[in-house]
Order: sequence, then structure tokens, then C-alpha cells
Amino acid sequence: MKKQIVLFLFLLFIFPTVIFAQSLLNSKVPSIQVKTVDGSTYNTSSFSNHGKPIILDFWATWCKPCIAELDAINDEYSDWQKETGVKVIAVSVDDARTMGKVQSFVKEKEWDYDIYIDPNQDFQHAMEVINVPCTFIIDGTGKITYIHNSYMEGDAKVLHAALLKAAGKK
Amino acid sequence: MKSKILLASKELKIYKVWKILFPFSFLLFPFCAGAQILSGEGQLHGSIEIDAQYYKPDSLIGAPAVPEKMLMNTYDELDYTNGKISAGVRYEAYDDALQGYSTLYNGSGFPYKYISYKQDNMEVTVGNFYEQFGSGMILRAYWQPQLGIDNSFNGVRVKYNPTKGVYLKGLVGDQRYYWTEGAGLVRGIDAEVNLNELDSSLANMKTKIILGGSFVSNYQASTSTTYNFPEDVGASAGRISITNGGFSLYSEGAYIINDPNAINNDIFKTGDGVLVRAGYSQKGLSFLLSGERIDNMSFKSDRAATANDLNINYLPSLPRDETYQLAQIYPYATQPNGEQGLDGEIKYKLPKESLFGGKYGTDLDVEYTVINSLDTINLNDQATNDKGYTTRLFNAGQTNYFQNLTLEIQHKFSPDFRMIAQYDHEYYDMTVIQQEPGSPNITSNIGVLDGYYSLSSAHTLHMELQGLQTAQAQGNWAFALAEYNFGPDWFIGALDEYNYGNPDPAQRIHYYTVTGGYMKNALHITIGYGKQRAGILCIGGVCREVPASDGFTLSITNSF
Repeated sequence: MKKQIVLFLFLLFIFPTVIFAQSLLNSKVPSIQVKTVDGSTYNTSSFSNHGKPIILDFWATWCKPCIAELDAINDEYSDWQKETGVKVIAVSVDDARTMGKVQSFVKEKEWDYDIYIDPNQDFQHAMEVINVPCTFIIDGTGKITYIHNSYMEGDAKVLHAALLKAAGKK
Repeated sequence: MKSKILLASKELKIYKVWKILFPFSFLLFPFCAGAQILSGEGQLHGSIEIDAQYYKPDSLIGAPAVPEKMLMNTYDELDYTNGKISAGVRYEAYDDALQGYSTLYNGSGFPYKYISYKQDNMEVTVGNFYEQFGSGMILRAYWQPQLGIDNSFNGVRVKYNPTKGVYLKGLVGDQRYYWTEGAGLVRGIDAEVNLNELDSSLANMKTKIILGGSFVSNYQASTSTTYNFPEDVGASAGRISITNGGFSLYSEGAYIINDPNAINNDIFKTGDGVLVRAGYSQKGLSFLLSGERIDNMSFKSDRAATANDLNINYLPSLPRDETYQLAQIYPYATQPNGEQGLDGEIKYKLPKESLFGGKYGTDLDVEYTVINSLDTINLNDQATNDKGYTTRLFNAGQTNYFQNLTLEIQHKFSPDFRMIAQYDHEYYDMTVIQQEPGSPNITSNIGVLDGYYSLSSAHTLHMELQGLQTAQAQGNWAFALAEYNFGPDWFIGALDEYNYGNPDPAQRIHYYTVTGGYMKNALHITIGYGKQRAGILCIGGVCREVPASDGFTLSITNSF
């Protein structure tokens, strides 16, 4: 009996999610406090690129596909910036143990991105990110227009196409 | 009498139904109440994660018969935000818990539910929450479903910024223990001061300084007639972070008063720990040197708790997180009773267009970690103070627990082809790390080749070859993997982990797996079939045992 009640309530729980839940697509970035690489506090509601699109990428120093994705973007970054004015914001979900590696990691990689750290995973949680890498495109009006979880070779091309669309170039 | 019992059981049922319904009130709350604090359009988001496995017994690899045949874990979350209010619940079901997870998880319910109110410089959360002070040495509550860890607090947390650059946090709560709560009541405060933000004259200074301090106490009543357990165990920690351009220094020290518990064999010794990390980085180059010392630092909200249960704190370990399969066979687990270690890492990018840099540059990474026991002197004082031992502060202990040297090279040959090569030389004290007395100390060499090739924009191939050589334990291993991605939303893959060097010829087994999956937006579906070797899974120095298994797996994750 208890199992049936739980199942029933679970379905009740799923119901509003189907009816009322807005997709992350078209929603805006929530207001959460993250850290800069020098340890200062920063609010995610201040993410802005003056009307141009943003690529928001959740990554970690221990995540090989994340690094591959950020490397692949880096190879094209100057071209993409010329085309669309895009800015990449890379939010590391490294925890207490590895967050100290983030700054040196980024410098060695020569990534010219805005880097933030989410050590308590508050921002990751608010963005419903289950696994990294998870990539969002935010258009010039602040709306999320693209979500992709995971990275495989070739995904940077898909991301580029979505970026052109968000910038109104396609 | 009979009617009383009937009434009691009816009340129990009402209570049980109420207990299940209670979390929904959290969801309804923002819809119904406080119209003034809800501004604009509310947002409802959530995520779903389902992991299921069908098990077949396999006596050769040691996979037990699972009577239920199929087991499933699921974690489903809903979060609602509107203006200053946010609220959410997570439903979890273990029907029954997957092999390797504690059977205490069996069942279902809403272990995580919260309401949070945020205004200007203050935030109040009631219900369940995760938190971390500094690097977590005296307090860190987090959720890591892969390890079966959820030590969230159930209580109240307040965050307050009284002035620019000053960040205060205070919390009171019990910790989650599977479907109940731990015996202890945890109270904690943390203060962080960013000097450059606090004093406007320092705002533009190149040197950035952040100071922090915290205090945590756990209250647990004692009924022991044998021991005079301290009922209030206090812990304190201080930290400093200094950065100047490419230079960075972080240090944290922590102290716990005497806390006899199941991990330290009920000794009355105080605990302490220190972590120091210094680095320098510039474009294309970085150095990082870390040192840590942990002495009797297990801190749980129940002195009888064991394993990963009811940890109040988290001890950051030094070894790198290995990502390749064979480099994960002998993973390090942090020793809360005592360890000291050093870790050094140099990363360098050979410039583009240089001799070995090629068109895209080449990344080199060298890392060395060594972890030893503490240098201890046994006090043999069980009958008197029962402090157990004392340590010589600056001496390395006699026992080497772990050593690892890693060399990694990453090179992109063309827009369509890149490779990673990695070599590891590892020493591993299995007796200490896996707590299996009589195990051999393992010295191994591990080599990895990892390649990615794009056939076209939507078709890519990923291949890995790995080898592990050792004369101890299960001997040599070989590993091969091929993954093909097409569409670009679909993928298929196959891997084989082969223990060809096992001293027992009957155990020279192929652990093969085939997988296929679909990924679109935030949706991720993977199905697999194959054999999993028995081993331990570690994330950040925290581990759980993974039993051998044979069968089908299904994994679904999605966010909306």
C-alpha cells in the first residue's frame, strides 16, 4: 500500500513538472554567488556581454571532455569573436580539493575566458547541471537559447551553428 | 484496548502519509503564499536521473546472484524560484539500491527539501542545504550520488554581508543518515573578509588578500559508563589566501578538540590539520606545490559512525583524479587518522609553430605526489589519559602510503586529429589504503594512448589503448576502447579490460562492455551490457566499493 501511495505521489510530482515546468531554454540565468579565481565573490546576475551572446560552460580540471571542449573553442575563439562578439564564461565546478588548481590550469592552457569557480556547486545546482561538461548559449537579451550536456569531437561545430543563430547571423 | 491499538495504527498511517505529503507543501508554498515577495514570473526547473541495472550471477568474476534481478536508483529534483523566494524538493528512490550502495538506502522519499529567502545582503534557508567553510577541513556537506554520499544538513542557515567585503555564515542542523538523521546536532559559523573589498584604498592594489575563520561544534549526548565522552566537540579553522598577478598562496589550519570515535579507536587525542598551496602561473606555464598534514581529523556527527557516514568535514587529498580506467585500479583514499604529503605539478605549453609545438601547441604536464604516515610515538596510556600517540611534527613517517609520478602530453595534429599520451609510475600500500591486512605493496607502471579523430562534422571516432604492468596483486592488465559518434546525437562503444597477467590462469578474464546512447540538449540516455570488475571507485580521495557485476545497465539524465 505504502509503495502505491509513494508511486501515486511520484506521478503527482511529475505531473506539475510536465505542465508547469519551463524549459531551461528561454529562461534567464539565476542570481547566485560564485568566486573569481582570486577568491572574490561575484554574482552571476552580473554576467553580461553588452547585448552580444555568451557561451556559459561548466567544466572541471579533472574532466577530460570539458578540457577538450574548451580547447576546441579556444582554437576558434578569435574567429567567433569577430563574427558574433561572443564571450566565453567558464565556470569551474572543482571542489575544495582541486579549486586551487584552476588558475594555473587556465593560464597554462592560454584560455582567454572569464573564469569563475562554483566551489559549493550552488550555481551548478541552480542551472540543473547534472554532469559536466554542460554548455549553454545566452543570447544578447539574456535568454538561454542552447543547452548541451557532454562533449564529443565535432560538437564545437554544432555549438558554432547555435552561436550564429543566437547572434542573429543565421 | 483493541480500539486503542487500531487508533494508534491509524494515527501512524496518517503520520506516514503526512510525512510523504509534507515535501509537497514546500512546492505549493510559493504558489499560494506571500504574493508581495513574489515578483515577476516564477521559474520552475528540475532534473531527472535514473540508473538501473539488470544483474546476472557470474561466479568466475565474483558477481553475486541478485534476488531482485533488477535494481534502480533515481534522483529527481524540482526547484522553483520567484523573486526573493526559492524552494525545491528532491525525490529519491532505491528500488532496491544498486549493488555497491548501502542497503540502508532501500526505499523512497523526499530527503531534500528547502525554502530560501534572499534579500539584499541576507539569505535565509530552512530545510536541507549543503555548505562548505574554507576548503572543508572542519565543515563540508555535499551530495555525491556516485559515491552514495549525502551528508546534507536539515536545519537553518543564514548568510549575511554586514558590509562590503565581509561575508558571514551561520548554520544549525542535523545531518542526513540514509533515511534518518544522525545523532549529533551541528552548529557552525564562518567569517570571511576580503581586505581589498573592505577597504576602498586597497581596491586597486595588485595583491589580493582574503582572511577566513570558522568554528563548528557537534553536540551528541553520551550514555557510556565506560568512557567520559565529550558531549560537545568543537573544531576551529583559519585560512588565508594571497594572490598577486601570477603568484598565489593558500593556507588553512584546523583543530578539533579530543573526540574519541569509531575511526580513531576512541582515543582522547586532539586533531589537527594543515594545508598549504603555493603556485605561480603565466601564459603557457604553471607551477603548483601543495603540502598537507592530517592528524586524527575524522569529525562526524555520530561518534559511532564509520566509513563515509555522517562526515561533518572533508579532508582534501593531494593525488590527482585519474580519469583513465587502468590508472583507477589502485586509487588513493585519504587517511583521516594521519597522513602527510607533498604534491608538485608543472604544466607547460610548447608554443605554436615551435619544433614540437606544431600548429596548435603541445601541452606537457608532470606531477609527482608522495604521501607518508605520520611519525608517531605510541604512548601506551590506555589506562590513564588514553591519548594514544604523539607525533614528531616535521618528520616524515616510516611508512610510505602512496607515490605517483605522472607524465602527460597532449597534442593536436590537425583540426581532425588529436592525441593524449600518459605514463604513470605508482606505489600503493594496499594494506593501509584498502584496509586489507596482508595485502602486497603494489608498484605499477601504466601507459595510456588516447586518440580522437573526426571523420566528418557529425562522425567521430575515439580510441584508447592502456596497459598496466605490475608483479603484485592481480598482475598485468590491458585495456582497449573504441567509441563511434554519429549524428551527432548518437554513439556506440565497446571496451575490453583484460587481466592477462593474473597469476591464477582461471582469472585471466575479459571484462568487456558494449554501450550505446543518445544525447540531445540536456537529455542523455545510455544503455550498456557487460562485465564490471570488482574494485573501488574514488572521487576526491573518498571511495566506495564497487562489486563485480554482469548484466544490462540503463542510465537516463535530463534537465528542464
